[in-house]
Amino acid sequence: MAGNDKPDRDFEAGVEPYRDMGYYSADYEPSDTDIIAAFRVTPQEGVPWEEAAGAVAGESSTATWTNVWTDLLTPSAEYKARAYAIEEVPGRDDQFITHVAYGLDLFEEHSIANLTSSIIGNVFGFKALKALRLEDMLIPLAYMKTFPGPPHGIQDERDKLRKWGRPLLGATTKPKLGLSARNYGKVVYEALRGGLDFTKDDENINSQPFMRWRERFEHVIEAVNAASEATGEAKGHYLNCTAATMEEMYERAEFAKEIGSPIIMIDLTVGYTAIHSMSNWARANGLLLHLHRAGHSTYTRQKDHGVNFRVIAKWARMMGVDHIHAGTVVGKLEGDANITYGYYDTCREYYQKRDLTRGIHFDQDWGGLRGVMPVASGGIHAGQMHELVYHLGEDVVLQFGGGTLGHPMGIAAGATANRVGLEAMIKARNEGRDLMEEGLDILKDTAKRSRELEAALDTWGDVTFEYESTDTPDYADESS
Amino acid sequence: MRLKQGQFSYLPDLTEEEIAAQVRYAIDNGWGIGVEYTDDPHPRNDYWQMWGRPRWGLDDPQDVLTEMADCREANPHHYIAIRAYSNTRQRQGIMLDFIVHRPEHEPGFRLDRRSGPAARVDYELHSYATEKPHGERYGATRS
Repeated sequence: MAGNDKPDRDFEAGVEPYRDMGYYSADYEPSDTDIIAAFRVTPQEGVPWEEAAGAVAGESSTATWTNVWTDLLTPSAEYKARAYAIEEVPGRDDQFITHVAYGLDLFEEHSIANLTSSIIGNVFGFKALKALRLEDMLIPLAYMKTFPGPPHGIQDERDKLRKWGRPLLGATTKPKLGLSARNYGKVVYEALRGGLDFTKDDENINSQPFMRWRERFEHVIEAVNAASEATGEAKGHYLNCTAATMEEMYERAEFAKEIGSPIIMIDLTVGYTAIHSMSNWARANGLLLHLHRAGHSTYTRQKDHGVNFRVIAKWARMMGVDHIHAGTVVGKLEGDANITYGYYDTCREYYQKRDLTRGIHFDQDWGGLRGVMPVASGGIHAGQMHELVYHLGEDVVLQFGGGTLGHPMGIAAGATANRVGLEAMIKARNEGRDLMEEGLDILKDTAKRSRELEAALDTWGDVTFEYESTDTPDYADESS
Repeated sequence: MRLKQGQFSYLPDLTEEEIAAQVRYAIDNGWGIGVEYTDDPHPRNDYWQMWGRPRWGLDDPQDVLTEMADCREANPHHYIAIRAYSNTRQRQGIMLDFIVHRPEHEPGFRLDRRSGPAARVDYELHSYATEKPHGERYGATRS
């Protein structure tokens, strides 16, 4: 930020425009240690763009609505955030993207809670703006290196499970509410012995009257071990430790560790501080940590207001989780292809280049923070296996809930169908075949030798979810 | 039981031609490619024995297939896999892993359950193969 200037005038009571207070500065050059946010700003009619941009910078850093003399007791020039760039949005004359730079000293080390209290704090309710969306953030290396990152990361997860070269397969136990613990464990056993690597608690399975957490954990771990016996490969189930208090979450996580579970799970709803604490616990105890993004669509989905999911994914990687749900492209939940590629890059890459077709606004050096395994879940089935491998690559967990449990021949058969389809797709990809051209034919061909896959294709082969996405990139990808 | 480890255990055994295509993929990615074998397929057995060492910069997948054939000749009753190693930053590990040979009889595993306090059960996966000493598990190894 700018130097520590001596005050050149006395305090004047009153209200000044934000841009006159120094919160907008077109010629500001960010330093290597500034944290930079890209906001999509839709000002109220009549509010000049520079003033709106300055207001965002002011309200998310040091400003209040009127001048205060106590500013003169601080090196305020150094602590003011500065909006310095304004970019037009193609096709929209009522909004713009601005970049706001924040000095490193404004934030506590390794605290997403502190970072977010400023950057998505009061400013989102500011009256002079109709809508505001945090699109992306540049985290400078100096700040990035204060975060621990994923407790284990992609390669260590693969090495722990001894599963390489293909996406992992999972399923969420359904119905999501109401099963007793013994029946629940039965579903887990069938899905795992049939060929899945993981099964999963749903986000709202915690410890309800129909199934308390401890009885669930006991039945599930029996199922996990029995499925390992049947197949000779490592298996796991994400035991959801989400609870009302940290004490209860720790208690559940400790029990998961004692009974030998390789992985636990928490929901985004527990909050940033709790996620960070559970990440520390997972690192100290050697368990993988799965994060379900429950609740995110309330603030990530609308294009004009809220926080883009790529920012949530970035924060999650910084706080340190090993898995995060990041979209499917082809399933039942929101997700434009290019936008989803951007989320996956944010989870997995070690250096990201600015690429507005994927919604990536900044070059981001991850400074050695490990990659997070993205999870694709929600309305996907074996008939889309070629598209899933094409779009999402191999470092991903593909989760087929209904697409496993709803199989006409039973749960184990549903799991086998997915595993056979996946292995056939990976084999074909490695052979250099074009999955988008030939994938479906390869699947059908494989199904001639797999009754399970054949039945899956007969049941779901033509099920698609073709709805327009609400969140799309501003810039089209010219290459496709 | 059919051991379900590796990338392609749910598919029919790969033909030599199919194995060569996978090796070609590893060559094109610049990975080091090796043949590994074991007589203990326990899912937590991290280190299978290396047959020689992984090779980089190969032109012809046939070189790996020859190594594989030699390993099979010497260890007809072992599990044999082809594994490829990457040196990419933070992916310094295995990128390709599939079984190319299995013992005729795969005895599998037994899950031992031990009742503990507080209604707890402790589990241990027992590999039948390890009941015999190393080297005698699936019949004699030819030297």
